[in-house]
Parts: sequence; structure tokens; C-alpha cells
Amino acid sequence: MLSRATIAQFTSRRLLRLYSHVPLRVPITLPNGSTYEQPTGLFINGEFIPSKQRKTFEVINPSTEEEITHVYEAREDDVDIAVAAAKRAFEGGWSTADPEFRARALFKLADLVEQHAETLAAIESLDNGKSLLCSRGDVALVSKYLRSCGGWTDKIYGNVIDTGKDHFAYSLREPIGVCGQIIPWNFPLLMWSWKIGPALATGNTVVLKPAEATPLSALYASTLCQEAGIPAGVVNIVSGFGRIVGERLCNHPDVKKIAFTGSTNTGRHIMKTAADSIKKITLELGGKSPNIVFADADLEKAVKSIAFGIFFNSGEVCCAGSRIYVQDSVYEEVLEKLKEYTETLSVGDPFDENTFQGAQTSQMQMEKILKYVQIGTDEGARVVSGGERKGERGYFIKPTIFADVDENMQIVKDEIFGPIVTVSKFSTVDEVIAKANDSVYGLAAGIHTKDVNKAIDVSNRIKAGTIWINTYNAFHQNVPFGGFGQSGIGSEMGAAALDNYTQVKSIRMSIDKAQY
Amino acid sequence: MFARSALVARGSATSQVGRIQLRFFSHLPMSIPIKLPNGLEYEQPTGLFINNRFVPSKQKKTFEVINPSTEEEICHVYEGREDDVADAVNAADVAFNNGSWSNIDPLQRGNALYKLAQLIEKDKDVIASIETLDNGKAISSAKGDVELVINYLKSAAGFADKIDGRMIDTGSTHFSYTKREPLGVCGQIIPWNFPLLMWAWKIAPALVTGNTVVLKTAESTPLSALYVSKYIPQAGIPPGVVNIVSGFGKIVGEAISTHPKVKKIAFTGSTATGKHIYQTAAASLKKATLELGGKSPNIVFADADVKHAVENIILGIYYNSGEVCCAGSRVYVEQSAYDELIKQFKVASEAVKVGDPFDENTFQGAQTSQNQLNKILSYVEIGKDEGATLITGGERIGDKGYFVKPTVFGDVKEDMRIVKEEIFGPVVTVTKFKSLDEVVEMANDSEYGLAAGIHTLNINTALKVADRLKAGTVWINTYNDFHHSVPFGGFNASGLGREMGAETLENYTQVKAVRAKLV
Repeated sequence: MLSRATIAQFTSRRLLRLYSHVPLRVPITLPNGSTYEQPTGLFINGEFIPSKQRKTFEVINPSTEEEITHVYEAREDDVDIAVAAAKRAFEGGWSTADPEFRARALFKLADLVEQHAETLAAIESLDNGKSLLCSRGDVALVSKYLRSCGGWTDKIYGNVIDTGKDHFAYSLREPIGVCGQIIPWNFPLLMWSWKIGPALATGNTVVLKPAEATPLSALYASTLCQEAGIPAGVVNIVSGFGRIVGERLCNHPDVKKIAFTGSTNTGRHIMKTAADSIKKITLELGGKSPNIVFADADLEKAVKSIAFGIFFNSGEVCCAGSRIYVQDSVYEEVLEKLKEYTETLSVGDPFDENTFQGAQTSQMQMEKILKYVQIGTDEGARVVSGGERKGERGYFIKPTIFADVDENMQIVKDEIFGPIVTVSKFSTVDEVIAKANDSVYGLAAGIHTKDVNKAIDVSNRIKAGTIWINTYNAFHQNVPFGGFGQSGIGSEMGAAALDNYTQVKSIRMSIDKAQY
Repeated sequence: MFARSALVARGSATSQVGRIQLRFFSHLPMSIPIKLPNGLEYEQPTGLFINNRFVPSKQKKTFEVINPSTEEEICHVYEGREDDVADAVNAADVAFNNGSWSNIDPLQRGNALYKLAQLIEKDKDVIASIETLDNGKAISSAKGDVELVINYLKSAAGFADKIDGRMIDTGSTHFSYTKREPLGVCGQIIPWNFPLLMWAWKIAPALVTGNTVVLKTAESTPLSALYVSKYIPQAGIPPGVVNIVSGFGKIVGEAISTHPKVKKIAFTGSTATGKHIYQTAAASLKKATLELGGKSPNIVFADADVKHAVENIILGIYYNSGEVCCAGSRVYVEQSAYDELIKQFKVASEAVKVGDPFDENTFQGAQTSQNQLNKILSYVEIGKDEGATLITGGERIGDKGYFVKPTVFGDVKEDMRIVKEEIFGPVVTVTKFKSLDEVVEMANDSEYGLAAGIHTLNINTALKVADRLKAGTVWINTYNDFHHSVPFGGFNASGLGREMGAETLENYTQVKAVRAKLV
């Protein structure tokens, strides 16, 4: 029987959801003792406002399974207001200003992220469950990337095209307009920056939907957008759910481009929806990336790199090196070392400075991962390490290694998105390339070898958008990131990202000398 | 059922039955001699072109190709079906993966493409004539197309060895670079208004970047792409690199768009079909390039040279019988110049020579199909019903061949269907405007954004308006003035991606970033 207290709690949650009086800012005390003000509203036209229907939803701390706060939930009507604000801002000078104006705003925003780095990292760990170690790395990448985008603003060149002296021809790279951006929960703030950075640098305006599991950092960063002098309406944040907010962004006629990071299935749906109004799209989707260890590699380093490849960010990384292939002569040795090293990784409280792997972000994700552990066991793969939940409170999973897998097992084919890795044996280069490429995905790959010929030849032959050699998950703001095959369309970061936020206008003028 | 009745039919069968029989149990030879109206003779291949050979379709079905100037049958060609697409895709996939094309020194790809251009150049009179026969366009237009084809193939050939990646400085602890790699098998679907030019815009950038191709021609205009296919092996392009599957959109186009081994779809055609293809491509997350419809504004400011402007408006709308996606089909004239321009434009429209496309003096030939003719004439009726003033034209010429008089509507309102919808024929609307702001707003009030024209002698007006127009191509004091180095493509519902120029290469490559840690 339910206790009165439970009923009261349940009722008040329901009440809260339907008739909310959540203040627009709530004080939150972080596990490290410091307190900050968390905005809860939607960020539209430079202001935090409640959603029209005043609905809210709860945000859970995945390390404790406790509620952190509620935030306002956007619906179609809120999206429409946000898009209208973004459209006005696009037409109101942001896109036509001297690019230096945009540069200054992005530089300032990068500085502010740096100044607020500790708070942002803590919010990220609180909301996503990732270890503080990971969060700090994310925030450092965010400020670097925003600053790098600031530097791109005045380097969006067109071409003058020689078509003979009777004509004058040139091309411009123009912004697209209002961009709808939908980001995932695994790197909430980093994905926010990968999306808004290039869009803003090229003069677009943005309506961004954070993941419903992790809305906090993007809302907090919105206060930094205000402070950075980014004009009202240029960046709008609509917290909410994919089926409502995401769907409306994808079918809104005034949204000219959709950028999405998330699952391949949702990406497919978004592409179909975008097709209806021929919106431009960028998709960063799933992966099942191979991480290859050749016998001649420095095995100590390779083992650390493959462990980092899969257990970094609790394995919730689209480019996680989730299929390890080890050359047969060193297979047992690598497996042994990997087990040993993996078992030294500390899993637990993300706010503990020594923690490497924090919590999975949601109960749903934890359950999915554990289901795959069961599938792998049923399929006959051997659990070398891990394979279970850690503790009963918080979504923690032990780093898990499956060995002796078959290439057609579900755990080798499907993206699991957790700290689960499969290890296979191979003997020749041709064999491992065939196995590595036998996937619908093509996001990333790792190669561990000291042989320069092997490194270059294998990297040429692997079908993936990012290849790491003797390293893994080594992101850099200048190096483009994006998928081959069903891992996506378009690239993020580097110069390549700018192509996705501009469209070419060609101007060709006839010169008639008789006219002057 | 049809087949049985066809079988029962005897030698005295009606031509209808004969046609049905041909369609179902074809013994069509692999090439047939065709005598062109200008006296030239050539051999027309009829098969599908797969693996560098002409082959009959698996089901041996064929379809007829009509000469739109006479409404007579030119010949039959074999019709591709799903099984043929599967063969062609396999051929292209093998060619891509065996490295005979994608892995060779890029200069060899450039050389092959340049050789192809030269072979076409040597045979350009026959090729232009085929285009005129099949599409109905004036021979002068067809010759222009073939020149553009030759120039574009040569230009693309020169790009083969210039697909550079970048070295990226990320500090001395790492070594980082990018490559631009080919995508694999590209499915390409082209329209009937510029059959060979669209073939060139599609295959050239795909080939120079190391991709292989399965291309579907439009069912009404399959002849030129088949004819030039004979030059593919001669140019040194290996088997399977270029495959041509004649046939229908709902069968061949669909099979290409859904085939799992096809990694990219490039389509030129209507916005409605483009949406469908984009949605289909989404199922397997294929990359897509779409060149779709348009309703492009052509703006004349009062300070323009009226005579030149009229010449450009004529070229903008009647060129290629108005079957041009970027046709300048909405003319906007500043009010003080309106009356004079209308006067001159009416005279010039009536002076346009329409008729036999093989006549060297003809400017405007036939529309490409009966369907298209009917659609155009229905829009003339719509325009009249909407209350627009028919200034000239508005009717068919003769009753044999799909010829339409150059047609001008004045006194139009911006919300009329003839102002909003793409007609794809020699029909233009003329609207008056007062101010620069007003005309920019009217020009941009369209779901499309393919092209625009500006006529003015004032440099500020020209550049300011060019900046503010939402269109992928802007012509100033000229129109339909294509150049192989200048990218072409749409804003908004006019499409995704660009063709020609350096930009098109982005649509046929994907970035691979390689980052090595130095130890």
C-alpha cells in the first residue's frame, strides 16, 4: 500500500507538471558544496520565460536517482515563438553585420565559459552523471571551440571566378537562416557548442533543443550568451521532448536547416521530415567503431588507448571504440592487460576527483546496457570483466569486456552506448579491414601500430569519418568530425563545419563597355 | 493478359497491338540506324549500358521514344526494371571496390574525362541533332548545350588531381590531416529538358572524385546519353564506372533511391519528386543533391538599357522553350519603364521564331511531351480565369508537334497561381513595382530560390539587390548565362547542394579526418 507521504509526493509532482509555479531561477547546491542559480525557463528572445502552457518536467541526477529540479517544458507554441524570434534576429542585422561583431560575441562567450568552467563542469556532472574529470575536459573543449569559431567569422570567403573579360562573376557563402538544432544527452554542453558555434559564426540564428534528460547546462550557458552581447533572438533554447519540440522544429516552415546529433533511427525520421520542405540537414548519428591493435603496437599504450576508447564518458560516446580487434599473436596478452587495466578504473561518484567513469545518464540507458549484457551472454560470448550494475543507487555499470565474440552477434553489430566492448581476433590486414568495414555505420576507427605503411594503408581503406592512430577519442576543434555510411551527413568542427551552415550564391554580371 | 492478346494478334494486327507486342516480347536489335531530319545518319544504341556493354533489359521490355516536333515514334529502347538496376548497381559497386577507378592516380581519371570530352567534340553535330530530335529543342539551343557539355567535361577533368585534403596543425604531439574521399556508388536521376547537359553535370564531378555511377535518364529523352555511352570505353573509363539505365521514375528511380549499395542520390527535376527522393534516401541515410524547381524573378530597373533588358527577358523565358528550371518566369519592371518595356517585349516576343527545331533560324522548338504541352496550356487558361491580361501568345501553334506561342501575361497579382507556380514553358508574367524594397520583397516571396536576374546600370542597385535576393544564382544584366566554373543550385525548396564549379566536388566527396599521436 502506498503511504500518504508517497501519494502526496506523487500528487504534487503531477500538480507541478500541470500547473507549475516553478520560479524562473532556482538555487542549486552542488555535491561539492557550492551553490549556483539554475535558470528553469525557456530562453527565447534573450529572456528566460515560462512555457506557454506552464508545463514543466523533472530533471534527475543519475548518480543518486534524485530530482535536481524542474524546468519548463516547451511545446509547439513555444517553438513557434522561438522560431519567430530567431527569424526576426536573422533579419535584424545579425546576419548582415560586419563579421567582426559576431567574432567579438563568440570570443566573449568563450571567455565567459572559461570563467564559469568549474560551475559548468559541475552542472554537467550533476545532470549527466559523467565524472568531473570528463566534464572538465568537455568544458575546456567548449571554450576552445567557441574561440576557434570566433576566428572563423571573418574568414568565410567567396570566390571571384574568372569567366572571361566580358563578365564579372563571384560567389558568396551566405547564411541559411533559422537553424533548428537538436542535441543529445551524452555531451550536453559540448554538443551545444558544436551546434551554435559554426551557426553563429556564419551569421545564422538558432533554436536549439537540449535533450530532455540534460537541459541544465545549455540553460545556464544562455545567461552567458546574454552577457556576451549576443543579440536577443540569435540563440533560443527550448527544453523539451523530441516528439513535440523536435518534431515542430523539423516541420516548421521558417526553419531552413536542421542539425541533429543522436540515434540513427531518429536521424532517419528527421531527414524524412526535413525532406518535406527541402531543409538542409546535418546529422551526427550512431556508430560501432572498430579499434584495431596490430601485434607491432606498443601494447602498454594501446591497452590504455582502447580502454579510453570505450570507457571514456561511461561509453556514452557515438564514436566509442566498441569493437576491439586484436592481432592473433598478441590477443591473449592484450586481453589480459585490458582486463587488468580496466579493473583499475574507478567507477562511482562523479564528483570524486579520482573517479574515471561516472553514472549512465538515465535509467532507460542503464537498462538497455544491461539487456545487451544479457544478450551477449546468451549469444555465447565470454565475459572477461564486469557485466553487471554497480551498487543499487545511481546508474553505475562495471566496465564490461566480452571476448571470443562472433562477428554476427548482436553485441558486435548494434550500438550499445555504454561501457561494453567486444574483443575479436584477426590474423591479416585484409581480414581486419573486411571486419571493420562490415557495419552500417562509419563514424570512427582506431589503429594501433608502429608501422607507418600499415597505419596509412589501413586508414585509407577503413570507411570512417575519423581515424585515430595510436590514440582514441582524441578530439580537436580543428579536426572535422562526421560519419560515413549511416553514421551521418556532414561534418562538425574545423573548416568543414562551415560548409554546413552556408549556402553558395553565384553572381554573374555581364559587362557592357558601351554603357559608359 | 495483355501479352496473351498480343500473342493472339496476327500480322494484320493494329499498330496498337503491335506496340503492345513490342513492349512485352521485344526482339529489338541492340542498335538501329536513324536518319535525322537534317540528313545526318547514325546508329542509335537501344540497350541499357552496364559494365561498358549495351545489354537488353532482363525482362526484354522496351518503351517508345517520341519526336515531340512531329509526334511520331523515333524508336524503342530497352526499359530497365528493378533487376536491371540491381545489375547496374552491382557493376558499379564492383568497379568502385576493385580500385580500377577509385584508387588510380587521379590524373588518369582526368585524362579519361578529357578524352571523353574530345570524343564528344568530334561528334558534336550528330549529338546536338539527337538532342533536338528527342527533346524538340531548337538546334541552336542543342548546339549550345553540347558546347557546355564539352567545356564542363574538360573543366571537371582538370579538377581530378586537385581534390586536396588539409594538414591540420594541432600541435607537435600529433599529426593530423584530412582527405576528401569518394562516396561510392552514386545514383543519378536526370530530367528531360537538358538531357545531355544534365548527364554531364552529374557524371563528371562523380567521376573525377573517384565515384562510380548508375544514371537514369528521363523516359522521354533517353537517346543522347545512350549514344555517348559508346565513347565511355573508348575514353578509357573502366567497365562498371558509368552505367545507364533507361526507364521510369517509379520503377528505376525508386530502385536506385532504395538500393542499399547506393550511397548518394543526385536528382534534377521537380520539387515534388525531389521531396519524395529525399524521404526515400533518408531510410538508408544516403547523401542527397537536389536541383529542383524554380519561379525565378527577373527584375528590370528604370535605369536599365531597355533593349538589352528585353533581349535578356526573352532569353530568360523562351530559351529552351521555357523548359528551364531557372527560367526567369516572373518579370518585375519599375513602373516608369513599364509601358515602354511591355511595348518592346510584346514586339520581341512575337518576333521569336517558333517551329521546326532543325531550322537553323528557329529560336524556340517544341515542348518535350504532350503532357507538358497540356500542362502549359492549362496554365494559360488558369491565368485568364484569374483575370490576368494576356498580352501575347496563349495558344498552341499548329496541331502537329508540341509548339506553344511565346506567352506574356500582364496585370498579374502576386497571389495568382501563374505567379506562384512553376509552369515550365514559354509563359511569363510581368508585374510593376515602385521601390527597391518592394521588388526585393516580391521577388523573395516564393518557396523557391533558384535564380534571379537584375537589370540596372547602377552598381549600388546591382550589388545591393544581388545581396538581398534569396537565390543560388543571380545574373546581372544577363540571364541564363551558365558557365562551367560558376556554381549552380538552389536556396530553399529549389534544392540542396551545388553543381559545377569547385562547390560540386563537395557533393561527391566525404571528409576523412586522420589524427595520429606521435610517440
